[in-house]
Amino acid sequence: MSPSIQTYTVPRAERKHAPPKSKETVIWQTALKGAFSKLDPRLMVKNPVMFVVWIGTILTFLMSFNPQIFGPTQISQYYVIWVTIILFVTLLFANFAEAYAEGRGKAQADTLRKTRSDTQARKLLNNGDSQRVSASDLRAGDIVRVEADELIPSDGEVLEGVASVDESAITGESAPVIKEPGSDIASSVTGGTKVRSDYLVIRITTNPGESFLDKMIALVEGAKRQKTPNEIALTVLLAALTLVFLMVCATLIFFAQYSKAAVDVATIIALLVCLIPTTIGALLSAIGIAGMDRVSRFNVIAMSGKAVEASGDVGVLILDKTGTITIGNRLASEFLAVTGKTAKDVAAIAAYGSIGDTTPEGKSIIELARKMGVTEFPERENVTCVEFSAETRSSGVDMPDGSKIRKGASDAIKRFVQDHGGSWSDEIQKLVEDVARQGGTPLAVAKDGEVYGVIHLKDIIKPGMRERFNQMRMMGIKTVMCTGDNPITAEVIAREAGVDDFVAQAKPEDKIRLIQEYQSKGVLVAMTGDGTNDAPALAQADVGLAMNSGTQAAKEAANMIDLDSDPSKLIDVVSIGKQLLITRGALTTFSVANDIAKYFAIIPAIFSTSLPAMRVFDVMALGSSENAILSALIFNAVIIPLLIPLAMRGVKFKPMTADQLLARNVFIFGLGGIIAPFIGIKAISMGLHLFGI
Amino acid sequence: MSWVGYFILFLVASLLVTIGLGRYMARVYEDQHTFLTPILAPLENIFLKLSALNHCESMGWKEYTKAVVLFNLCCGFLVFFVLYFQNGLPLNPLHLAGMEPWQVFNTVCSFITNTNWQSYSGEQSLSTLSQMLAITFAQVIGAASGVAVCIAFIRGLTHRPLGNFYQDHLRTVLYVFLPVMIVGSLFFVSQGIPQTFTQQVVVKTVEGATQKIAVGPVASLLTIKQFGTNGGGFFNANSAHPFENPNAFTNFVEIMMELTVPMGLIYTFGLWLKDKRQAWMIWGSMMLLFAVSLFTAFHFEQAGNPILTHHGVNQLASAWQTGGNMEGKEIRFGIFPSVLFTTATTTTSSGAVNNMHDSLTPLAGLTPLWNMMLNIIWGGVGVGLMGFLLYGIVAVFLTGLMVGRTPEIFGKKIEKSEIILASIAILAHPLLILLPTAISAVSSFGLSSLNNAGPHGFSEILYAFTSGAANNGSAFAGLNANTPWYNISIGIVILLGRYISIIILLAIAGSLLHKTKMEPGPGTLRTNTPLFAVVWLSVIVIIGALTFVPALVLGPLAEHLQMLAGTVY
Repeated sequence: MSPSIQTYTVPRAERKHAPPKSKETVIWQTALKGAFSKLDPRLMVKNPVMFVVWIGTILTFLMSFNPQIFGPTQISQYYVIWVTIILFVTLLFANFAEAYAEGRGKAQADTLRKTRSDTQARKLLNNGDSQRVSASDLRAGDIVRVEADELIPSDGEVLEGVASVDESAITGESAPVIKEPGSDIASSVTGGTKVRSDYLVIRITTNPGESFLDKMIALVEGAKRQKTPNEIALTVLLAALTLVFLMVCATLIFFAQYSKAAVDVATIIALLVCLIPTTIGALLSAIGIAGMDRVSRFNVIAMSGKAVEASGDVGVLILDKTGTITIGNRLASEFLAVTGKTAKDVAAIAAYGSIGDTTPEGKSIIELARKMGVTEFPERENVTCVEFSAETRSSGVDMPDGSKIRKGASDAIKRFVQDHGGSWSDEIQKLVEDVARQGGTPLAVAKDGEVYGVIHLKDIIKPGMRERFNQMRMMGIKTVMCTGDNPITAEVIAREAGVDDFVAQAKPEDKIRLIQEYQSKGVLVAMTGDGTNDAPALAQADVGLAMNSGTQAAKEAANMIDLDSDPSKLIDVVSIGKQLLITRGALTTFSVANDIAKYFAIIPAIFSTSLPAMRVFDVMALGSSENAILSALIFNAVIIPLLIPLAMRGVKFKPMTADQLLARNVFIFGLGGIIAPFIGIKAISMGLHLFGI
Repeated sequence: MSWVGYFILFLVASLLVTIGLGRYMARVYEDQHTFLTPILAPLENIFLKLSALNHCESMGWKEYTKAVVLFNLCCGFLVFFVLYFQNGLPLNPLHLAGMEPWQVFNTVCSFITNTNWQSYSGEQSLSTLSQMLAITFAQVIGAASGVAVCIAFIRGLTHRPLGNFYQDHLRTVLYVFLPVMIVGSLFFVSQGIPQTFTQQVVVKTVEGATQKIAVGPVASLLTIKQFGTNGGGFFNANSAHPFENPNAFTNFVEIMMELTVPMGLIYTFGLWLKDKRQAWMIWGSMMLLFAVSLFTAFHFEQAGNPILTHHGVNQLASAWQTGGNMEGKEIRFGIFPSVLFTTATTTTSSGAVNNMHDSLTPLAGLTPLWNMMLNIIWGGVGVGLMGFLLYGIVAVFLTGLMVGRTPEIFGKKIEKSEIILASIAILAHPLLILLPTAISAVSSFGLSSLNNAGPHGFSEILYAFTSGAANNGSAFAGLNANTPWYNISIGIVILLGRYISIIILLAIAGSLLHKTKMEPGPGTLRTNTPLFAVVWLSVIVIIGALTFVPALVLGPLAEHLQMLAGTVY
């Protein structure tokens, strides 16, 4: 599916004056602008690692006018100018990374904002008149009327009318959905969606700036982005490491003075910038923004970055059976006949009885009967359809000849047969029980007083679910199926689908109890839901994914909303959450591991003039001090843009156990982080030699 | 005995003390019955009644910390009083004067914190009463405070209430220290170590000269000095003195005594965590770091000084000589037992010495510095394990993300507050070493105490502050530490080195205690695997060591390189 949310379209007005720009161009332009505008010290100070680089750049900038400004030194002005330029570029790279990630979100937000900006609404007044107002003037409680081909101005609840609504602006789903008053799900409408046919009278439920669309815009834009708890903790640790190295470099000046080895301020700043974790410091916020962005590309809106982080930690997924594990409906799989009847007889009677039945179950009965060779059906006009009702718990048709065909729950049919002078044999009872024991739903079929047999209705498990549950298990995530079915049915489906556990005959309050039970054991729980009665459980769960088709209450209680209303996406969200955390950990490890090579480049460079024996540590044979320091510094700078694609895309994540993941990532990013800079710095050094440095 | 046999014996003894004391301590602090309970429980009750502590309630981390600090402060005043007024107090047969105030300050800081840095010379400046009531007493209560804090920290990590400091302290003294002190002192006396109120024996030598030989209550002080990883010796020469370490047997026992409590605590931790594998993983990691230091030192000591080889001196080991560098070592021990002692004393926070670290070859001299800079191998009674676990928290935080979950250790989530605390601890240690070293290295009051120039002099300063910050107390020698600057600055470094880490670790324990324990599963990062041991050690080496690389380069490494070039200091 290619939802419209992903494509960026430039507003028409702009197109008249300028040639169309691609989405990438726009992002690049904003990012380049951001790289400079973010140099503002008030913004820089929020990132302690890069702020230290910022201060260092200012100091070397001053030195580049007069290298002697902080005391006598032998270094050349060119060298200081080069150091300043590289430091400045390091800052730009870091800012660019963040601005680029933000730019992607902004591009999406612009598309959404367009739908909001110029909506007009027809507000109904108390006296029955209507008045044209701007959508932004509507308050909660106002009542509006929306005609065909008009945009729904804000989130609300349908009071009157039945209409088809195009929600593709929000969901990307092109098929319109029916909205009507009364029902839980179908009565809630979202601002920015369009009425396709008929009209709706809507009571607005949100104030300006608080609607779902507003929230979405703010979320994808990252305007309200707050650092997640883990990101804050990591920032603290990175700041502490920065302080440690600041201390190392500051005291080194005194140590060198004792050793009569002159070191200049520019070189000390270069050493400091190399040692502090600039790589992760530069990419940290970009990783967070990109993680949110990946979620929204999946057509899921995360209400906070914290929710995405939490989904990586989830230990239990609570999944509704219907719609998540199985396709929404049960389908006929078999006809079982009593002695004296054939399966085809049962098929024929069952199919006749389903002529008026438009439910998927009914359709599947006819389809299966056709496959078994039942070709002739009575005309629909000639029969009287008896619809399913809660009292009779059966449905069927009254045939032209006056005979009555009924299908339904066994006890209902038993009563029907007995009322018509027939009897309920042990055989039919056994057939019913057999089907139930296999996890199916038995529907008994009878014609007047005569029992024909049983239709075996079966849950159909969505393709690929078993594999996904296996992957979950490998990642250490337990899957629990919740269903209103009886325990026997539930168990069969659970076994067939491969979930770890199930709760049968579950009521909404059971879900909350289950969530609390797991949470008290320190397990994070994720669940999906759409109805109002799911709202408390969605709020209780650590990750609550509401379906966009669901009620406003469910959406408000959840911390993520799936625009495609596909509950099985919860599984993908977990993977994205894990990927976000892995990327953060991997780049931190890489950044810190880099320090070893940088020490080997810079320490001999600093001291080899006064203590020539130090050259033995120059394992990379970098040559002159200036060459070594500049090489390390350039490596430190260019590694940032080189890793931007990885930060955006996230480290590749395959479901495996924690031990396997750790081994793999420690090997790539830990060992790689130790080795890569040795190669990189040497290569840059050789390049600099070509320029005679 | 060859070094191979010696090392195997050492390993076997280490395993025995780890399991033996580990099990015993796990029972003692869990209020379970031990073989000593029938004798010691009544004694414990008397003390608890006397101190009105018969209702020992578990403390919160703040309360626990307050108790530690207050208790140590009170003991500090007592020690101050005894040392300062020793001339007016009994048991001072030689009528020694009271100690200078700054030196008392330094000594009090040093002894109540289990550091036992000595800027005084025991047999020349302390009365018998001071040796007993100030020095021996402080070594008992300082060490017991460390054990109590470590026990509280372990409790916090293993989902138990932190406990009551006074009870933990009392139990440590009664159940752990007292039996060992009785048995240990008797053993040392049997080996010829003095235990007497006499302060001096005057003898006529065969040449007819008069010699005054210092004696005193050595055996009892020695036992707690070693067993409590204190290291503050009776004599200035510490365990190199024949009355403090007469033979190879006592030397081995002294080494093992230093390691017993730190090793045992690891096993206690494993038992309480119900994860012995984790304990052995930590034990094995520490033993690995230990062995690397030990054999590095051994290699360079056995190789001797290349300049001497150049002048035709035979430094090879043979039946007739130990070979290698014997400067500053005792002939009765030889090279391997000496470097083993050095490594044991600087990996634990003991600081006792049986050879002069100042005389080690440069790179062998680097190893004790390295051990104390890391400050996480074995550690003083308690703090080493705490430091190691602190790095575990950082390791889990840096790499744990790579398994796709927010970091957790032993089932507890590591969040902002723990990281802030861990960051302070990680910052404090290098700051306490590097900052005063930097000041000393460029100031007249710092440089005037140096006996050697060049990188060796730098190492002397660096060693002093490293030893103080790590609460080790061993001295490199060669630096006159009895000046106002060094007495005050080292005293402050010692205090901060001790109490910052105690407060932080108790705070972490308190904060982790209240978190829900996560159920481990296949998606959880396991911290007891060899793979994680590699990660853990890498984080220790990269973060712990990279901080000190420039200082080590300018000190011992520069000296080594210049020695190869033919210059000595």
